[in-house]
Amino acid sequence: MATLESTAPLLESTAPLVEAPAPAGRRPAVEVAHLRKTYGSLVAVDDVSFTVAEGEIFGILGPNGAGKTTAIECAIGLRRPDAGTIRLLGLDPHADQDQVHEIVGVQLQSGALPAKLRVGEILEEYRSFYRDPADMDELLDVLGLSAKRGDYYRSLSGGQRQRLSVALALIGQPKIAVLDEMTTGLDPQARRDTWELIEQIRDRGVTIILVTHFMEEAERLCDRVALIDHGRVVALDTPARLAAQARGGKTVRFLPSGPFDDRLLTGLADVSRVEHDGQHVVVTGTGELVNAVILALHAARVTARDVQLDSSNLEDAFVKLTGKNLNSEGALA
Amino acid sequence: MSSLSLSLSRARPWPRTPRAAAFGQVVLNEARLVRRQPVNMIGSIGLPIVLVVIFGELPSFHQSLPGYGGLILFDAYVPIIMVLGLTMLTLLGLPGPLVSYRELGILRRLSTTPVPPSWLLAAQVVVQLCIALTGLAIVNITSVVAFGAPVPKSAGGLALSCLLAIGGLFALGLLIAALAPTASSVNAIGRLALIPLLFFAGLWLPRALMPTVLQDMSNYTPLGAAVEAIQDSMQTGFPPARPLLVLVAYAVVFAVAARRFFRWE
Repeated sequence: MATLESTAPLLESTAPLVEAPAPAGRRPAVEVAHLRKTYGSLVAVDDVSFTVAEGEIFGILGPNGAGKTTAIECAIGLRRPDAGTIRLLGLDPHADQDQVHEIVGVQLQSGALPAKLRVGEILEEYRSFYRDPADMDELLDVLGLSAKRGDYYRSLSGGQRQRLSVALALIGQPKIAVLDEMTTGLDPQARRDTWELIEQIRDRGVTIILVTHFMEEAERLCDRVALIDHGRVVALDTPARLAAQARGGKTVRFLPSGPFDDRLLTGLADVSRVEHDGQHVVVTGTGELVNAVILALHAARVTARDVQLDSSNLEDAFVKLTGKNLNSEGALA
Repeated sequence: MSSLSLSLSRARPWPRTPRAAAFGQVVLNEARLVRRQPVNMIGSIGLPIVLVVIFGELPSFHQSLPGYGGLILFDAYVPIIMVLGLTMLTLLGLPGPLVSYRELGILRRLSTTPVPPSWLLAAQVVVQLCIALTGLAIVNITSVVAFGAPVPKSAGGLALSCLLAIGGLFALGLLIAALAPTASSVNAIGRLALIPLLFFAGLWLPRALMPTVLQDMSNYTPLGAAVEAIQDSMQTGFPPARPLLVLVAYAVVFAVAARRFFRWE
């Protein structure tokens, strides 16, 4: 819920970017510097730089059309950028194409497979491409596809297809895995299962780049997140610190047992605003807002029922930084 | 000095993937797909067999035509039917899967793996080549063994003619795969091209019965040249250079154009 439009402009859109450095002591797995890619007059990626440490789960967040996918496609060598440098464990995605394909596993958005091939047959084929592939039974098991091994691709559900696609990205035991909108179209349970899988893979030392527009996913999984808008990185930090940047306001919403004078609450130090929404009252403020409000009401013999507290999260940070709501397709889990 | 160290670091040994095994896996899955979607095999093997049997059973097809040097109509149709099967295969069977792989993003997915997407194209060619050779052999052998067509005068000429016909037509199939934006447009283009191509092959009027002007035109179409080369190999001996060169020229031109226009995504 993005409910904080009333609070002071804590983060100007021109605010200096807070960029948390990649965790020290680990060598960088992915280095992207001043990446730029245009299609004619359309600037898909304006200027994107970030560094991902080995073993990190790095999130790339942004609204549709922000340039996330183009940036990623450049990073893995599918497209040639107009400018900028890219290194994947020190390798150039074009000059060292063969090595890069061995160590980078990619799951692209909206890729299908032949309808009349079986899950096991597809995996067997892709497995043969790599020098040191993963154990197929184990991978199928972890992804919950063991029972589907003999089924045709066309008979798989959307979630199963998505998991097979993730499996293909991981079958080569990559050192870097790039997953683009990995959980789009999955039901909540399948999404959580996939998150667990990603954490297991990271625990094996794989560096993971996650392109997503699910806030919950980024908050749950990512060590650091880059927010991309209009082809630029507008913020780069841990999810918690990005959320903290947007904080400074929370709202309490409740149903009072009877009428009361607004000044009862506006007089409190922590309260910045009081609004009425039908019979509900919405109070915006800081600090120990809930306690302050409820105590003040209690003193006036008013009881607050149906109390809801909203505090800011990564999505609020996103709304503040980009001025738009990320989940235009109702994708919030 | 720095360029030396650069070239040394480039040359560091990097164990390569088991390439042959990987290509085998790609071919295996393409073959499975063809077996599981047999519609194109029906057109390229089933239909020619049916035509050979029908034409072979018609008594009128076995009488010699007095005005045409004693030509037996059935013998004239054997090369036409062979080429017909080949044409169905190359206009629909070869480009269809390739275009749908591009549509489905499979070529794109492959370009992120150690195996380049061109391998899928090569695997398709291998699988379709096997089907083409099977179809040609079945039609030829059936017509000779069951319906008294002459044993080919020049086996080497027949083999070469068939391979060059396959080359020219496969290159055309790949050009269609390069130009067709969707799998359904492959069918549209294929059907559109099929009628004129087969007309000049002599499906409705065998080349021997064509007026001279049509025959001259037919000589320079891919199917006309293919029928001429195969027919000569079967009835007179090693075919003359012209139809063979026409087929080579089509193979080269179509292949170059296909390479020029092919999009991997």
